[in-house]
Amino acid sequence: MSFLHYWRAMWGIVGRELWRFVTQRERFISALVRPLVWLFVFAAGFRAALGLAITPPYETYILYEVYITPGLIGMIQLFNGMQSSLSMVYDREMGSMRILMVCPLPRWFLLLSKLLAGTGVSILQVYVFLAIAWFYDIHAPWQGYLWIMPTLLLSGLMLGALGLLLSSFIKQLENFAGVMNFVIFPMFFMSTALYPLWKMKESSVFLSKLAEYNPFSQAVEMIRFALYGQFDQQAFIYTLVAFLLFMAAAIVGYNPSKGMMVKKGGS
Amino acid sequence: MSLQIALSIENLNFSYGGKKALDQLGFTINSGECTLLLGPNGAGKSTLFSLITRLYDSHEGQIELCGFNVKQQTRQALAKLGVVFQQTTLDMDLSVMQNLRYHTSLHGLGRKVALQRIQQELERLNMYERRFEKIRQLNGGHRRRVEIARALLHKPALLLLDEPTVGLDVPSRLAIVEYVHQLVAEEKLAVLWASHLIDEIYPEDHLIVLHKGQIKAKGTVDEVLQTTGTTSIKDAFYSLTQGEQA
Repeated sequence: MSFLHYWRAMWGIVGRELWRFVTQRERFISALVRPLVWLFVFAAGFRAALGLAITPPYETYILYEVYITPGLIGMIQLFNGMQSSLSMVYDREMGSMRILMVCPLPRWFLLLSKLLAGTGVSILQVYVFLAIAWFYDIHAPWQGYLWIMPTLLLSGLMLGALGLLLSSFIKQLENFAGVMNFVIFPMFFMSTALYPLWKMKESSVFLSKLAEYNPFSQAVEMIRFALYGQFDQQAFIYTLVAFLLFMAAAIVGYNPSKGMMVKKGGS
Repeated sequence: MSLQIALSIENLNFSYGGKKALDQLGFTINSGECTLLLGPNGAGKSTLFSLITRLYDSHEGQIELCGFNVKQQTRQALAKLGVVFQQTTLDMDLSVMQNLRYHTSLHGLGRKVALQRIQQELERLNMYERRFEKIRQLNGGHRRRVEIARALLHKPALLLLDEPTVGLDVPSRLAIVEYVHQLVAEEKLAVLWASHLIDEIYPEDHLIVLHKGQIKAKGTVDEVLQTTGTTSIKDAFYSLTQGEQA
């Protein structure tokens, strides 16, 4: 198995996913509408209700829209991660996943390529979102737009790996909707995407602790700092470790000898 | 020309929980042999295919593809395998060419070789003119042709066909049956074909009759008829499976 084989296979998988995304206009639009509605409607409504103190990385008072922008970037990636894993469950039910699984490459590599493909799509969505947000007067330093690229890669991989892990447990599409509700909403609302930790602590210390240890919060903070040209080491390490754990578990889940496929299929 | 063993299965067992799906299966398929796997619904055909393709894993028994153990030398073994699954596994929103290019990239073929092979396989199936059409625009028979072409692009030694003619009209079905037998005769391809249509069997084919996870008979058509003391495959099948439908 040559390096060239791996390279071609990875580009085959990534290229297919990007092509599908670009040609599915409805998917492209709906992926953008969700965070934009939050930005234009939710944030505008809550601007007055939520006063924000100056906290790093911000050096001055900011509008609520500015605060939730990194959270909405995380939201795009969270939904995209779940969407790609949903498509894996669909592909598995419909059979097209089998073509991927019977090709002569290690399964971990195929899963990682699939993950990279999904992350690539989410990064595209994020930049289009940021471009629209720019016209809405949400500006970050220009270096920030470059700095977030590697953080988006890591956060996208982490959230995609979580989706992948979930998809290895789920046999039918119907069950997926339930898990989405149990994962997406708690993860999103119990995080620093919409409100800072100190604000949450005022209402509930317990909730603020949950939010602090939520990997989604860490990913959002990593993005938030990167958008302002700063590096949040703790958030970076936390997100990286979460990615490695989710990925390892997903690989076990998709291993025909050890994982959930055995429990679902037989032994 | 000496025959090579394309598929070898020994003492294969598999269970879903406590329910035994395959019981002590063992057989070989040589290059240039078309073996029809007959069995009623629930006989274990799809389970067997999932094990050969390593979608499932069995703790008991051994499967070798061209001498490569599927469990220990998975990648080498899978490189020798072409599969057409029962359900369509093509991407409906992509063109014929895009679907085939995706497959060639998964098998590590370079652009030039990939395009040559795609042209060769599609021309043999009279589909080359339609290479830029989306799969969604093709009828069932043409989709199957694309899937067969795809399964052959990386020049496998063994072709697995899981009831590929289900739901097709008679001309499409006959065309596929004829084409696969032609590949066996001319290219010395080994084929394992799960089917429930007895008229797809040619006199020179080999048969394996599977029932409740066990092999009830195997051998050439003549050998199976002789063993069962019957004069037609239909009668032989009924006597081996106690009258169940294939």
